[in-house]
Amino acid sequence: MATNIRTANDTDTVLRTEGLNVYYGNFLAVSNVWLDVPRNQAVAFIGPSGCGKSTILRCYNRLNDLIETFRAEGNVIYQGHNLYAPNVDPVEVRRRIGMVFQRPNPFPKSIYDNIAWGAKINGFKGNMDQLVESSLKKAALWDEVKDKLRQNGLSLSGGQQQRLCIARAIAVQPDVILMDEPCSALDPISTLRVEELIHQLKEQYTIIIVTHNMQQASRVADKTAFFNVQTSEKGGRTGYLVEYDRTEKIFQDPQQESTKEYISGKFG
Amino acid sequence: MSSLAQGSQASAKSRSEVDKNLDRGFIWITKLFAIAIAVILVWISIQVALQAMPAIQQFGVGFLFETDWNPVVNEYGVLPQVYGTLFSSLIGLLISVPLGVGAAILLSEDFLPGKVKIVLVFMVELLAAIPSVVYGVWGLFVLVPLLTNVGKGLNATLGFIPFFSTTPTGPNMLVAGIILAIMTLPIITAISRDALNSVPPSLRQASLGLGATRWETILQVLVPAAFSGIVSAVMLALGRAMGETMAVTMLIGNSNNISPSLFSPANTISSLLANQFAEASGLQVGALMYAALVLFFLTFIVNVLAELIVMRVKRI
Amino acid sequence: MPSNLSDSSGNSSGYTMGSLVRSPSAPRTMFNSIMTGVAFFCGAVAIFTLAAVLSYILYRGFGSISPRVFTELPPLPFGPSQGGFGNAILGTFIMVLIGAFISIPVGVLAAIYLTEFSSGNLARWIRFATNILSGVPSIIAGVFAYGVVVLTLNKLGWGSYSAVGGGFALSILMLPIIVRTTDESLQLVSNDLRQAAVGVGATKFQTVASVVLPAAVPAIVTGATLAVARAAGETAPLLFTALFSSGWPSLTPQGLLQPTASLAVLVYNYAISPYEKWKSLAWAASLVLVLMVLIASIIARFATRRKAY
Repeated sequence: MATNIRTANDTDTVLRTEGLNVYYGNFLAVSNVWLDVPRNQAVAFIGPSGCGKSTILRCYNRLNDLIETFRAEGNVIYQGHNLYAPNVDPVEVRRRIGMVFQRPNPFPKSIYDNIAWGAKINGFKGNMDQLVESSLKKAALWDEVKDKLRQNGLSLSGGQQQRLCIARAIAVQPDVILMDEPCSALDPISTLRVEELIHQLKEQYTIIIVTHNMQQASRVADKTAFFNVQTSEKGGRTGYLVEYDRTEKIFQDPQQESTKEYISGKFG
Repeated sequence: MSSLAQGSQASAKSRSEVDKNLDRGFIWITKLFAIAIAVILVWISIQVALQAMPAIQQFGVGFLFETDWNPVVNEYGVLPQVYGTLFSSLIGLLISVPLGVGAAILLSEDFLPGKVKIVLVFMVELLAAIPSVVYGVWGLFVLVPLLTNVGKGLNATLGFIPFFSTTPTGPNMLVAGIILAIMTLPIITAISRDALNSVPPSLRQASLGLGATRWETILQVLVPAAFSGIVSAVMLALGRAMGETMAVTMLIGNSNNISPSLFSPANTISSLLANQFAEASGLQVGALMYAALVLFFLTFIVNVLAELIVMRVKRI
Repeated sequence: MPSNLSDSSGNSSGYTMGSLVRSPSAPRTMFNSIMTGVAFFCGAVAIFTLAAVLSYILYRGFGSISPRVFTELPPLPFGPSQGGFGNAILGTFIMVLIGAFISIPVGVLAAIYLTEFSSGNLARWIRFATNILSGVPSIIAGVFAYGVVVLTLNKLGWGSYSAVGGGFALSILMLPIIVRTTDESLQLVSNDLRQAAVGVGATKFQTVASVVLPAAVPAIVTGATLAVARAAGETAPLLFTALFSSGWPSLTPQGLLQPTASLAVLVYNYAISPYEKWKSLAWAASLVLVLMVLIASIIARFATRRKAY
């Protein structure tokens, strides 16, 4: 059982996960996660395939609701509310907890509209040009696209598209940005640029990033959570949180045996 | 080399000659039949044009703008029928496009459980399978009485509006338009549904992830992304509506006049053909063929446009 | 922790932050619910219309259906015999068969060419032409068949309006459906099969005939069923080619060159006639047509569900 570690600079918790169990129908996909995400830091979820890291991530913005058989037990506390309380509006949750996906998925609209649209439907009343510019600047994309804002977003390269998706997420001014393996479809150079971006974004937002790449976690994250998967007698695979601590601690002095083995590449 | 080997070599050689010729002949025949399709299309236009020649020579382009259709004095003009074809199809589409796209959204998004969706999709397909003449019969006995009552009421109260300016007395433009709406609904629904289903699911997730509501996602992201598919659906439906014969013939009133009123009887090119052909002779046949040529031309243009849209989308 | 938080940077953001709790009266939420209602309404209209048409046909036609309907000839408008439309059923059957005889071989072979032996421009144009052909109004197909068959037969002195002409017109309408469904089903056959056949030394003909075609047969049959169902319901082209007849069609060459009755034309002629006997036959015939089409569609649906590939 993992203990929920709060470290010295975790002054403020943005997301508190209490005993989260995820079911698909009767099948327990992830069991008993306790995890506090501190404000303005980057937390990485690492672990082998099937350990439920993306599933937990998608619990935070209620995107798992799209799956018919999905059911969550336990609490995810954000701003004093349990995100899974019956009277909470998932649309409002997703406004505050944004997401960047594994494969870049800009809308088939212009670069400008990709960013402006999200702001518009969320009721933005200010200066749209300014918002688009500042979002693109924060995503380190402004210089590359400032002369072609009316071009279709799909005309950009993969790395640029992903940064456009980050700018799009930022434009609605979320609290938390969830990133589901954001670099796995990108080339190494674009990957590095996105990683640099995460360091800058931390100042304003809280980042939770799922990654298959341990080195990426060690480069980018302040805290790291290691998940593993357990096979039951019937063959079902259930994910669970093994260890959660400051990144240096996880990588240099892991407490759990399985963490040690994963870090040293023995499996995964 | 032994004679056995020589013999089998010789027979092996002749067998592969046979095989090669079979192959060549087979490919040749399939190619012939494939090209035949294009040939048939061209042949149809030539054939109809040939049969229309006497009338084309006699009336020229004026045929399209004259309003009298008089076999007795051999004066023919097809404008009322063109008007009827276009107006009835327009009414049909005005009804079936919103309904069809709405139904397509219902059946492509997750408003309903999967099994229910499959059944409903099938039922919409059934609408397309019902023969035109059956729709005509149903329309005659169900729609016409129903709409005559409604129409009389509308004419009494809102008769000053041009669309309601005459009293309905049986088959008319509106009934024909409504039956065309019913008959084009399955096309719009099926093709729009396909177009919506082809939108990558990641777009939906991206939109919802930004905090959009379900319908904001549907109307502002998914439908625009599926737009060309929906447009091609509308064009195909238009082509179908313009060419539709039996149901329209039985429900439009077969009166060669142009009137803005929905309740006045009218005529379409296909109805004209269906009604008059059997007893036509002489120049009247040529005139009917000329009308058929006009109809062929109209539907040809619409279908080509629809195909071009589809091909352009596939290339992206 | 405060329950209404402004954004983390604390400056004026241009956004007004609502609360996390769902408010069903907010304009965005209400719009969402209303639109869902609209979508359900659209679906309901479609289903309701289908139910209205089918139930009415069933209601009117059921009373008139009886065995004699399949075995007797159309009656005189006045007089004792109730009659039937056995000749029309047979006529439809014959003409659809003629249509299938023409369109299935041509369509399947053409589709084989498109999928197996060609690529690039020619295939693209032929597929384009097929789609345009499928949009040609059925009455134009009738006019075309009139020119090609009826007039020619007339010139040759062999007759004029005929079952052959009707069958030919129907084949024009069936052809694009056959080509399109065969094309799609051949494309679905895995390339591994083709390569395996070529690998053991099969010729192109053998590969197609013994390996590819059998694999695609269920889907081809489905396409043929749909084409047949459509052809059986067509009226307009038959008005130009086969007209109608009150007698039995005969399966001799002379018989096939005579005007022939069909279910669709019978419905058209009798439904708008003033005679009660004829009208009730028209309802019965409509019911038979609709049932034929329904059964064909259901079979086609089931066949594609159980595709082997």
